[in-house]
Amino acid sequence: MTESANEVAIRTDRVSRSYQMGDALVHAVDDVTVAIRPKEFVALLGSSGSGKSTLLNLMAGLDRPTSGAIFAHGRNLAEMSSADLAQHRNHTVGMVFQAFNLLPRMTLEENVELPLRLAEVDRDERPSRVREAVERVRLSARLTHRPSELSGGEQQRAALARALVNRPTILLADEPTGNLDSVTGDAILHLLQEINESLGMTIVMVTHDRDRAARYAHRIVTMGDGKLLSDGNKI
Amino acid sequence: MKTRDLTELAARNLREALLRNSLTTLGIAVGVASLVAMLSLGVGLQELANKKLSKSGLFDAVFVSSRANQRGFGRPAQSETATREPAKILDDEARQKIAALPNVVEVYPEIRFPTEIQFEGKPFSTTVAGIPPSAKTEGAFDGMKGNFFSSPDADEAILQIEFAKDLSNQPDSLIGKNLVLRYAERQALPAEPSPKKSDPDKPSANSTDEVTGQSPGFSILPREKTFHIIGIVETEPATSVGSFGRGRLLIPMQVAEILRVAQANDLRGLLRRSSSKQTYESLTVRVKSPSQVKSVEDAIQQMGYGTFSLLDATKSLRLVFAVFDLFLGIFGSLALAVASLGIVNTLVMAILERRREIGILKALGAADRDIRRLFFAEAGVMGLLGGIFGVTLGWLIGTALTFGTNVYLHKRDLPPIDLSSVPWWMVASAIAFSIVVSLAAGIYPASRAAKLNPVEALRYE
Ligand SMILES: Nc1ncnc2c1ncn2[C@@H]1O[C@H](COP(=O)(O)OP(=O)(O)OP(=O)(O)O)[C@@H](O)[C@H]1O
Ligand SMILES: [Mg+2]
Repeated sequence: MTESANEVAIRTDRVSRSYQMGDALVHAVDDVTVAIRPKEFVALLGSSGSGKSTLLNLMAGLDRPTSGAIFAHGRNLAEMSSADLAQHRNHTVGMVFQAFNLLPRMTLEENVELPLRLAEVDRDERPSRVREAVERVRLSARLTHRPSELSGGEQQRAALARALVNRPTILLADEPTGNLDSVTGDAILHLLQEINESLGMTIVMVTHDRDRAARYAHRIVTMGDGKLLSDGNKI
Repeated sequence: MKTRDLTELAARNLREALLRNSLTTLGIAVGVASLVAMLSLGVGLQELANKKLSKSGLFDAVFVSSRANQRGFGRPAQSETATREPAKILDDEARQKIAALPNVVEVYPEIRFPTEIQFEGKPFSTTVAGIPPSAKTEGAFDGMKGNFFSSPDADEAILQIEFAKDLSNQPDSLIGKNLVLRYAERQALPAEPSPKKSDPDKPSANSTDEVTGQSPGFSILPREKTFHIIGIVETEPATSVGSFGRGRLLIPMQVAEILRVAQANDLRGLLRRSSSKQTYESLTVRVKSPSQVKSVEDAIQQMGYGTFSLLDATKSLRLVFAVFDLFLGIFGSLALAVASLGIVNTLVMAILERRREIGILKALGAADRDIRRLFFAEAGVMGLLGGIFGVTLGWLIGTALTFGTNVYLHKRDLPPIDLSSVPWWMVASAIAFSIVVSLAAGIYPASRAAKLNPVEALRYE
């Protein structure tokens, strides 16, 4: 377990996240150690409430572990300042959610531009970056549409474009197909696969669907009750 | 996030909840407006009082008497030695010396005497007063009908309105007509002592400027002089202490002096002095502005004369207005404080509504600082708009009050006034104050928004 930063994109080291619920302590993530290599497409499986989303949020730097460490490109997220964590979310990872989470009053274009605003990218540079990301998800015809004017699949592709626009190295997707029918869901998964292959982007995807996980991901990690149950392909 | 992006996002957010944000902004505007309206009334009334008072001729004047000094109103008595000194004579030399002091506009004696005039064949008795040229700028002549004297030595007269009414049923028609002034002239006696016939009530006074030296006395000769009526005025302006409004027929000071009328105070002066020079019981010194009264007064006291001015009265008046302004300001600030609670409320509501948006922004890489600044910017923009709108509103209220007051004054034939005044410093500071108060009101909501846990915010459906 002494891999260098080059061999590992993101790694958790005995990470735990627990919540105090009255007298009881809920261990949402319990002593999980897992490493994800660069350019790997990993599916995170497990029953509802097993802690998949919590683990993904820890990797994203949206949440802090109760104990343990999370290394992204060699830096421990658990020890970062909140401003550095914001930088991590902005530059290193891109996130996609089951609920799309587009800002409803902004057009597709404006939604995709948001991470660039936050990253203080030059205004001149932004339109081409937005166009590039939108082309990648094949939504160029919908630039000025608002989320409510887009289909579910289109909304998720927009969210994907937004996650890619800042050129992160890791994509974290929490049930990206959960709100989509199977055909549309497959299209999204194809897109993820394509992004993984052509851009060499590391992907961690939470899903309930074991068949699909097997079809698209390189490796399947299973969680149960906050713990790591199986790691299909240990380093 | 860069300021420009921040402002864009803030403006966007403000537009999205337009009604609520407009109402909040309106609340701030009302607070600012009441602040501005109250302050503008305070400042306006103060300016009005200052203008009226300085124009009254009371506050830019120093009254000089020959007595070394006496107690003034609220002024400490001069030292013992000063009072012991023999009275210094107020003669022409002294008058010229005083006139040469810096910031002195004019020095003139009080000339005022009862006399008889002839108008359209009928005799009227009245009081004539000499008016110095500097009186032209004074308030009493603001609302006058006709004109001020065309030159300091013109044979022209301005009538006080009551006197004008005595002369004619239509006072306005008097302008342009002539009247004949009958007066008694002091004529220095030639060497031979002929005119013992002079009235025992108006006996010898000191001799004139022209005839120097040993003239033993003078005779009183009846004279007539024709004056052209050029104006009618409400009241005589104060040219000297204790003489307000008594003169009913006003003529140029220089003309009045040349008339050399036997005045009561000259008689008194004669009893005390053997000097044959022209002397004055008192002189009025007009100073450029009330602020220079003190230095001029000091200089004249140095010369050994008694002085008196109403300077102290203005000081206490200013204090009254300062307290008045303070109270108005406090009430205005209270209104703004209530308005700022509206900002707190609006922004806290916005946090509840925009939980998810905040969570999304954080997931995309927004730092706590970005979120805090975003909410701050929204509070600041509401403060700015509320400030601008409020100043306008406050100005309108002040203008409306002025208009209403002037309608009232007009109905009573009184001249219009500027009741409220909104100077630029007030505009700028009211807007700045509005922004500062709004930002202060935004501190709590902004930091609450910044601390929002993104995981919980995103789970929230
Ligand atoms: N803020 C919280 N407070 C208390 N308990 C929490 C909190 N967040 C998560 N949990 C608990 O932690 C456990 C793991 O939750 P998590 O959302 O990670 O599950 P999940 O695997 O993503 O489930 P699903 O597949 O339904 O999305 C759950 O039992 C949940 O109740
Ligand atoms: Mg989940």
